[in-house]
Amino acid sequence: MSVYRHPYKEADFVVRHLLAFDDFCRDNTLDDLNSDFCQLILKEAEKFAAHYLVEQNRQGDQQPAQLIAGKVIETPGFSSSYRAFIEQGWPSLSASEQYGGQGLPNLLAVACNEIWQSANLSFSLCPLLGQGAITAIERHGSTALKQRFLQKLVSGEWTGTMNLTEASAGSDLAAIKTRAVPEDDHYKIFGQKIFITWGDHQMSDNIIHLVLARLPDAPPGVKGLSLFVVPKYLVDEQGEPGIENDLRCISLEHKLGIHASPTCVMSYGDENGAIGYIIGENNYGLHYMFSMMNHARQGVGVQGLGVSERAYQAALEYAGNRIQGTDRAGNSLRIIEFGDVRRMLMLLKSATEAMRALCYYAGLETDKKNAVADNTEQSSQCAARIDFLTPIVKGWCTELTQELVSLAMQIHGGAGYIEEAGVAQLVRDARILTIYEGTTGIQALDLVKRKTLLDDGAQAKLMFAEIEQTLAQLRESPGCDVMYHNLNTALADGRAALSWLQANPGESSCVAVYYLQMWGYLTGGWLMAKSQLIASTLLANESPDSDYLQAKLVTTQFYAEHFLVRTSTCLASIKAGGDTMMSLSEQQFFSHVN
Amino acid sequence: MKVIVTVKRVIDYNVKVRVKADGSDVDLNNVKMAMNPFCEIAVEEAIRLKESGVATEVIAVSVGPKACQEQLRTALALGADRAIQVESDEQLESLNVAKLLAKVIEQEQPGVVILGKQAIDTDNNQTGQMLSALTGMAQGTFASKIDIQGDKALVTREVDGGLQTIELAMPIIATTDLRLNEPRYASLPNIMKAKRKPLEVKTAEELGVSIKAHTKLLSVGAPAERKAGIKVADVAELVDKLKNEAKVI
Repeated sequence: MSVYRHPYKEADFVVRHLLAFDDFCRDNTLDDLNSDFCQLILKEAEKFAAHYLVEQNRQGDQQPAQLIAGKVIETPGFSSSYRAFIEQGWPSLSASEQYGGQGLPNLLAVACNEIWQSANLSFSLCPLLGQGAITAIERHGSTALKQRFLQKLVSGEWTGTMNLTEASAGSDLAAIKTRAVPEDDHYKIFGQKIFITWGDHQMSDNIIHLVLARLPDAPPGVKGLSLFVVPKYLVDEQGEPGIENDLRCISLEHKLGIHASPTCVMSYGDENGAIGYIIGENNYGLHYMFSMMNHARQGVGVQGLGVSERAYQAALEYAGNRIQGTDRAGNSLRIIEFGDVRRMLMLLKSATEAMRALCYYAGLETDKKNAVADNTEQSSQCAARIDFLTPIVKGWCTELTQELVSLAMQIHGGAGYIEEAGVAQLVRDARILTIYEGTTGIQALDLVKRKTLLDDGAQAKLMFAEIEQTLAQLRESPGCDVMYHNLNTALADGRAALSWLQANPGESSCVAVYYLQMWGYLTGGWLMAKSQLIASTLLANESPDSDYLQAKLVTTQFYAEHFLVRTSTCLASIKAGGDTMMSLSEQQFFSHVN
Repeated sequence: MKVIVTVKRVIDYNVKVRVKADGSDVDLNNVKMAMNPFCEIAVEEAIRLKESGVATEVIAVSVGPKACQEQLRTALALGADRAIQVESDEQLESLNVAKLLAKVIEQEQPGVVILGKQAIDTDNNQTGQMLSALTGMAQGTFASKIDIQGDKALVTREVDGGLQTIELAMPIIATTDLRLNEPRYASLPNIMKAKRKPLEVKTAEELGVSIKAHTKLLSVGAPAERKAGIKVADVAELVDKLKNEAKVI
């Protein structure tokens, strides 16, 4: 398996040029921040990842976390890497300064997360969940809870988990049965949660579980769920971990991938009840969870980007070294010289660049929202944009990742199917991404119903209008004609899809995934078009890095030729509607065997 | 006591070096640049001297174009207190660099100056020694241990036959070898602090140094490509080839 190298020029191009991060910093009086500083941080993150995380990725795959005598023991070596991770202060990156964080923009967190996730997806999930717990407590918790838990979560001394799923409550959280019974100044929690990522381990002094549970008098369904902080060790008066709480990991799942990330079955209150503290108000639990949803879901899109980049680098290295066949003169050829291998490498390269552009773009939208006061018009505009982009980032990037890791394996030929080559791990690790934090189907329903039909397509039309502006620039720019033509067609497809769905809202659930995919290719194409314009301008101004910029022109054109055109098949499937897929009786599904 | 540590911006060691098409030099256009690894060791040692209370201030100095401020920022993020860039757009020879550094030393009056023993780009291994001659400071080169004891310093040097420990009168110049220490990674809070640390820019003119070229780079060529090997029939043939073709025995 190749070493991982951070694509620093790509990150810099997106941050500095595509997103004009320096302008954002200047406009929001983030005086000492700029793209140069962003590069400095990313370079140090790369060094850390290269030293501590890259090699351990393989080790984690081969030596998964184990449940021994009631304790989860993580992959050997992970604990010392985690200790280094917190000593270097990485968990505090975007947390607020009030609790010891560095208060850096979300965009930087996204760019760093890409590095951790390229290096070692399983490891990266642990601090990522900590970020979720920090957000929930900071936004909705009482002052007492903040004082007790935030500082150590921000420093990474304590880690966090999210406990939503139960055996019979997956995508439908209304079925949650875990109970919370009030007692003195706290609650007693009883119930079982499944699929709890990093639910137990020995890397940190305490683990802070966020648990969705039902109060005795709660209304049924999702409106009766409250959110609780349930620490592994109760916090004593000095603020240190004390008595063990009544909770444990009772089993670990055997999974296809991300082996080093322990997926726990957690049992709360087997003896007298696990002590927990409520976050915010009674019965608002799901509401609070949803306030973190955009962040968590976009985070999974970034995981797709991270794994895809690593897979691309592995495939590129293999293709450049593997010798097969000879040319007419009898010289041996490396497989990178074959047309079909080039096709696959270009698919990997161009899709990864489009995903990065989209993930970072969506990441900066969060910063734009954070920079303006709540409840202003600007704030709600930003929020609507973020809400719209989130299912696209999550759904489209992670689905595309499946195609990309598969191509990376294909480039390796038979060797790729053998575990030693390393690319097989990426294929297995990536597979979870379209499933957790809401499946692609759930993302697509969210996009079509809540984010499109509910506002009469208002946000979709705003996106169309912005794409229209880019088209006007493309039309004036020499050399951008293929991009212009294909983006223009894709935009027309988008508009046609919206009209069709507005006319046939009843069919939306059948064709929602096509609609989501269409938006992915379109927004990815829009950002690649902007990139093409920027690269052309920089080249015309004799910017020194002509190698990189010319490659950008070619890569964006390839995206236009091979990905942007996919909007038309999405549109055709949308227009086919749900009739055919719903017309078989259940019996008829068995007609070939009955 | 002040410590001056020098930092050079060089091609990143992960990058596969290419020679320019006209053979005039190595192609540095848009390749990834980084701090010279021996300088990383020097910065680490300087910071350790401060952490152990021997030094009160660490000053990182680099001679080069504006871009080398990036490596100075890295030194600041690792723990240096302030930085000085001596602006120069030319590829300077060691002697010119040493003269510029000598002026900075004259202004700052450090007790210890630490340099990398060489830079991985030109591999000259000259600047530390020249600087010692120009300043009259004692030198301990190829150091694998530096122990400051009041008005003297014990420096353990990596020499051909093993280790040599010498006693030097302060102030001293030391150049680092690989085993001196293992450099740390910059922590996020320290990267943040580095933003606000002072970085001063000086010119050769201000320092009163006139830059003179004593050597001229004529050409740079890539190493010859390795030829395919052959199979020998027996040991006798191998010995014969080593003797008469390769002429190594």
